[in-house]
Amino acid sequence: MSLSRRDFLKTTAAVSAAAAVGITVPQEARAAVAKAESGWRWDKAACRFCGTGCGIMLATKGGKIVAVKGDPAAPVNRGLNCIKGYFNAKIMYGADRLKQPLLRVGEDGKFDKNGKFQPISWKRAFDEMEVNIKKALKASGPEGVGVFASGQYTVMEGYAAQKMMKGGFRSNAIDPNARHCMASAVVGFYQTFGIDEPSGCYDDIELTDTIITWGANMAEMHPILWSRVSDRKLSSPDKVKVVNISTYRHRCSDLSDTEIIFSPNTDLALWNYVAREIVYNYPEAIDWDFVKKHIVFAASPVNMGYGMRRAGEKSLLPVRADGSAGKYSAKEMEIINHEMETIVSQKEAPALAPYGYKAGDKMVHKPAGLKHWEISFEEYKKFLAPYTLDYVAKISKGDPDESIDSFKKKLKLLAKLYVEKGRKVVSFWTMGMNQHTRGTWVNTLAYNVHFLLGKQAKPGNGAFSLTGQPSACGTAREVGTFCHRLPADMMVKSGKHRKIVEKSWKIPDGTLNPVGNQHIMKIHRDIEDGVIKFAWVNVCNPYQDSASANHWIKAARKMDNFIVCSDGYPGISAKVADLILPTAMIYEKWGAYGNAERRTQHWRQQVLPVGDSMSDTWQWVELSKRFTVKDVWGQQPLRGNKKLPNVIAKAKAMGYNEDTTMFEILFANERAKSYKIDLKDPIQAGYDNSECNGDSRDVIGSDGKVFEGYGYFLHKYLFEEYANFGRGHAHDLADFDTYHRVRGLKWPVVDGKETQWRFNAKYDPYARKAANGADFAFYGPLAKALSQGDLLGIKDKTKKSLKNKAKIFARPYMDPPEMPDSKYDTWMCTGRVLEHWHSGTMTMRVPELYRAVPEALCFINPGDAKTKGFKQGELIWVESRRGKVRARVETRGRNRVPKGLIFVPWFDEKVFINKVCLDATCPMSKQTDYKKCAVKLYKA
Amino acid sequence: MSNFLKKYRFLMLRRVSQIGIMALYFSANAYGFNVLTGTLSSSLLFGTIPLSDPFAVAQMFSAGALLGADVLVGALIVLLFYVSIGGRAFCSWVCPINMITDLANWLRRVLLLDKTEKRVWLGRGVRYWVIILSLILSAFTSVAAFEIISPISMLHRGIVFGMGMGFAAVLSIFLFDLFAVKNGWCGHICPLGGFYSVASKLSIIRVKHNQPNCTLCMKCKDVCPEKQILSFIGKESGDVRSGECTNCGRCIEVCDDDALHFGIRNYINKNG
Amino acid sequence: MSNLDSKKPVITKRRRFLSVMAQSVGLSALGGMVWTGYIEEAKSAPLILRPPGAKPETDFLRMCIKCGQCAEACPFDTLLMAKPGDNKPMGTPYFIPRDVPCYMCTDIPCVPVCPTGALDEESVSSVVEGEKVLDINKSKMGLAVVDEESCIAFWGIQCDACYRACPLMDKAIVLEYKRNKRTGKHALLIPKVMSEACTGCGLCERACVTQKAAIFVLPHEIAQGKIGGHYIKGWDPDDEKRLNDVSVDVTTRTKRSELVPQDYLNSDEVLFDE
Repeated sequence: MSLSRRDFLKTTAAVSAAAAVGITVPQEARAAVAKAESGWRWDKAACRFCGTGCGIMLATKGGKIVAVKGDPAAPVNRGLNCIKGYFNAKIMYGADRLKQPLLRVGEDGKFDKNGKFQPISWKRAFDEMEVNIKKALKASGPEGVGVFASGQYTVMEGYAAQKMMKGGFRSNAIDPNARHCMASAVVGFYQTFGIDEPSGCYDDIELTDTIITWGANMAEMHPILWSRVSDRKLSSPDKVKVVNISTYRHRCSDLSDTEIIFSPNTDLALWNYVAREIVYNYPEAIDWDFVKKHIVFAASPVNMGYGMRRAGEKSLLPVRADGSAGKYSAKEMEIINHEMETIVSQKEAPALAPYGYKAGDKMVHKPAGLKHWEISFEEYKKFLAPYTLDYVAKISKGDPDESIDSFKKKLKLLAKLYVEKGRKVVSFWTMGMNQHTRGTWVNTLAYNVHFLLGKQAKPGNGAFSLTGQPSACGTAREVGTFCHRLPADMMVKSGKHRKIVEKSWKIPDGTLNPVGNQHIMKIHRDIEDGVIKFAWVNVCNPYQDSASANHWIKAARKMDNFIVCSDGYPGISAKVADLILPTAMIYEKWGAYGNAERRTQHWRQQVLPVGDSMSDTWQWVELSKRFTVKDVWGQQPLRGNKKLPNVIAKAKAMGYNEDTTMFEILFANERAKSYKIDLKDPIQAGYDNSECNGDSRDVIGSDGKVFEGYGYFLHKYLFEEYANFGRGHAHDLADFDTYHRVRGLKWPVVDGKETQWRFNAKYDPYARKAANGADFAFYGPLAKALSQGDLLGIKDKTKKSLKNKAKIFARPYMDPPEMPDSKYDTWMCTGRVLEHWHSGTMTMRVPELYRAVPEALCFINPGDAKTKGFKQGELIWVESRRGKVRARVETRGRNRVPKGLIFVPWFDEKVFINKVCLDATCPMSKQTDYKKCAVKLYKA
Repeated sequence: MSNFLKKYRFLMLRRVSQIGIMALYFSANAYGFNVLTGTLSSSLLFGTIPLSDPFAVAQMFSAGALLGADVLVGALIVLLFYVSIGGRAFCSWVCPINMITDLANWLRRVLLLDKTEKRVWLGRGVRYWVIILSLILSAFTSVAAFEIISPISMLHRGIVFGMGMGFAAVLSIFLFDLFAVKNGWCGHICPLGGFYSVASKLSIIRVKHNQPNCTLCMKCKDVCPEKQILSFIGKESGDVRSGECTNCGRCIEVCDDDALHFGIRNYINKNG
Repeated sequence: MSNLDSKKPVITKRRRFLSVMAQSVGLSALGGMVWTGYIEEAKSAPLILRPPGAKPETDFLRMCIKCGQCAEACPFDTLLMAKPGDNKPMGTPYFIPRDVPCYMCTDIPCVPVCPTGALDEESVSSVVEGEKVLDINKSKMGLAVVDEESCIAFWGIQCDACYRACPLMDKAIVLEYKRNKRTGKHALLIPKVMSEACTGCGLCERACVTQKAAIFVLPHEIAQGKIGGHYIKGWDPDDEKRLNDVSVDVTTRTKRSELVPQDYLNSDEVLFDE
């Protein structure tokens, strides 16, 4: 037998051995110590990029990170990386790193909105922020101070930011870019399970027989997971089936047995088709035992709009005779008007028939919130009736060149794979289903199918929402940096939850603001309406990543407000800002991320930040020094004549006085100081901690003096205080020190053990406790009592408890608000490419990645290119009702789009595709639909 | 007959030397007769004594090469020999190109080209420019610059390992010398000859002139490939002091008056 | 005035000397450029395989005196000296494995005879029992590369001629066993070159039975890429050695980062549509 084969066996044995050893690999630790002497040091960290959450090791030499390797002990990636992860060592050292605060100043040296950026001191930067925040509070109350937060915050940063925003400024106008990424999945989880985040884990990949990707280009966006999917397929090519469901052909189709190209938005119809097949044609496949014990059926209003601006909002006034309104052109209003009413189309009419609509009817849309109610199975069955093969195939077929018969055959096959007895099925989805004007709906429809078949929350079975960002789960969701959330699945609107948080934070009862509606698009819109006067960008690039970008840029640059941008590199948001704060990047600070399978991973500060950069945590904590009890805890006005109470008296009763700073209350309290700096502690020994100890750069801090550190272990404090919220509530995280010893753990971590499959009594201790002997318990506490009704509405308002139960929702196919027509004849979809992360601020500065993909291309069908007379590589205009960009025609390559659809990635600020995109959102989750709008194409 | 031998004694000895050396190289490669292995660039005598081309070594130094000891010793041996004893004898006693250029020269005389040709347009100083250029370009290109285009090497390597298209280079030199410039290659351009001219300025073996015997027939100047060195003929006795003399001995052979002979250089009296 | 009017400028000796010098320098520069052009052209023949122990090509070209002693020492007449017309750097030794490969003599006669060190004994020596001995297995003349499309082993034909010809069988060429899905009952025995062991001798290329060899030796520079020092294989403890040479000058540059931040930030480019 050949050597290569022997080698292979040896390697496999080594890997299995490592796996058997489990989470700690002592010989590696020994090696790390030995290597420190030879000039470099290895330490573990998490990859900076996507939600997969690969473990890496970083080599530090001469105070710089010089190399990276995949962590062989990391269960997710076993030492491997994708090509972004491969370049983790190079992302922090671009030639144009921001090194000092920059402020727009005029000739007189004072802040001038139209001035040029000049370097200033940290002290001046905080002076300006303080002045402008006070101005904004005075003008609009807490709702006038906004923060663009992030799914790429470390856990500690996110927690510090939300603590100061919600506890200090009493503002809920903090919302992460994860809103653009995961919000629909979150609302889907809440409505279905009553608690956020997936029931399964990545181990499902190795255990399943069927992988179905719904609007998830895993091959490019979760490459390491895709290689696990590929290995699963290769391990048993005949048994394992892979189906790729998308609006265009992408790299996942290569491995797939079947590729289903559907017309944008009709994934709703596809899911309901599969459900109809089960209920009408394969009733024997229904796991009635499971359904009866653990499921209720539910419905919600359908005329809920599309998450756009509504008539009467300030920027839509006055309405003019030519159709334009306020700051919006007549063309834009053609679509925005759909927020108020639509005409039911032929395409959606059959699906809406059970709701009493027929084609040509006017549908009047009203905000519906998250309202839903219980219905009977019979009602649900009635709801499913329209989704026949003929109807669904007719509206869903996405490739005009495919025959209807071939498409029908694929749909039948899809249903069969789900239904097949004993066949394990995992449905993965990412942005295709989340960035959707019915994103929450389609998320819940996924669970429907799995629930009916009893294929959820079991090893190898389940509908699994993949996250995009590295800590969309760990920070944005779990810490709760959303406008409506508090840590550990608590909600700002719940008085009980606010009390828990106020108590933990030692802030007066009634401090927290119960109105949490300023989601990320609302923050943009509030800036445009002149409500928000101060906005701070943290770890994201909202002026490049938000749809209808022209409006938000104009609002930020041309109106009276103050925009601050914390970033490592100059990007669009920095360019739009008035003040730029140079910010420590990932491995320049202690941190933690949480990935898509609930795995929390910590790392230590590896190197000192570049220039005078300081972390976001430090920036928040320093800002908190500028605000006292009397500045923020007096009576505060809210919109709609609401008020936040004056809590100063209560504060005094708690031992604070009017001049106690938020710093003392929120970040330098007794509990915080109990987390000691100890350089003998094996976790801290030998590592920098710029925030807590200061560092050799002697950065001049916010008070004009050398910053010498807080003197206690701030990061550990923030993490432990945050983690306490979830412990005992099915969100249990291990302690800080444990995470520094292991390669991440999947919460809930109970008795030191992680949880693979939630809600399954066999694997989840919380389910075991709640189930009372049953196999499953959907113990999530949210929305667990419903009124009764039918498809059309509530009939009986008495709320019935549905303890431990999950929901199957009746949610129909509906058209999106903008569809191709004679003037704008092409669907436009945006997304990412493997080589670049989001807006490219980091990856466009890695020479190898820049060289690989230097610009965003317009992927177009060769047939369309020919009809329109475009040559390969030619520059064309992509124009929507909102804006236009020039991009190069690509008829070949990784994305093969059907006729009538184009794909333009958004990483390239020079191909600023978000000027073209529509800021319609799922009205429930407020997540923008980046996957569909209508454009026209013409030669540049 | 003896007169013939006398008239061509050095020429014949030179041909024996030139052909003999090439034959030794050739047989070393072809038959494994390892008296002299390698080529003129670098070789090994009796399997022990290294011999190397000092000009090539100089270029390699300029190209930035850190060389092995063998080649340095070899270059030193060769250099010392010519500097102290042999003068520029390499050109007329070793270099195979000499046979080609001599042939061209002979043909020139037969065809009376010397008499009909226009005046020489190429200066004798060109070779020194070429030396400088070789060293500069070696530094620039990191390659021994002359060695890569040297027709001398092409010829001797060609003889040992096969000519290939090398004959074209050799033919070019022949035609150049025949039709373009008398002694064009060896007397004007060749930097290797130039190198030895400079290096062997003070060598021992010299052609000496006995002026009283001279009848001013000027046959010596006719055959001399570097006739500028004989400018003192008929004017005063003494050594040919210029390093450009190749010690070929043709002048001695053709002198019917016993006015020229080889001798040991007189280092003391400048005028010998 | 008078100077301007004078019709005949006086040619002094000094002036004549200067103009002759200028002319000579000018002509030398001209000649030099042409000459350099030729040399650069001649050097850039990258598809050349050198004798064992040859220094990296740039150093080799610097150091080779073109004497041919290596070629003379080769008992198999493997080594050729580049002649005019071979389109190889003139006078330097090389070999064409499909004609005559390197037979990997254990005493490596071609290397010790090199007078200049262009063939480096050190690089083909190893220490055995405290003594330095020549070790041809350490030579890196090139790397064999398989063209999967023309290699008949990929069709399932039981060939492995290259594998059997390899003097480092099972080290430099290994066979990978794969199932032949078409027949369902045979195996594909696929030759795979292990670059760490392959010396580039070319015995495989010589042995290859296809009309034009489907396995052929290329110089390392041509056949191999290079991994940057910024990534280390996590699963291979030895790979870490590469970090010894890693520079701590880590600044990266792309078109995206070429402007200093203020220049980029102070321009309104991309923000507003015209």
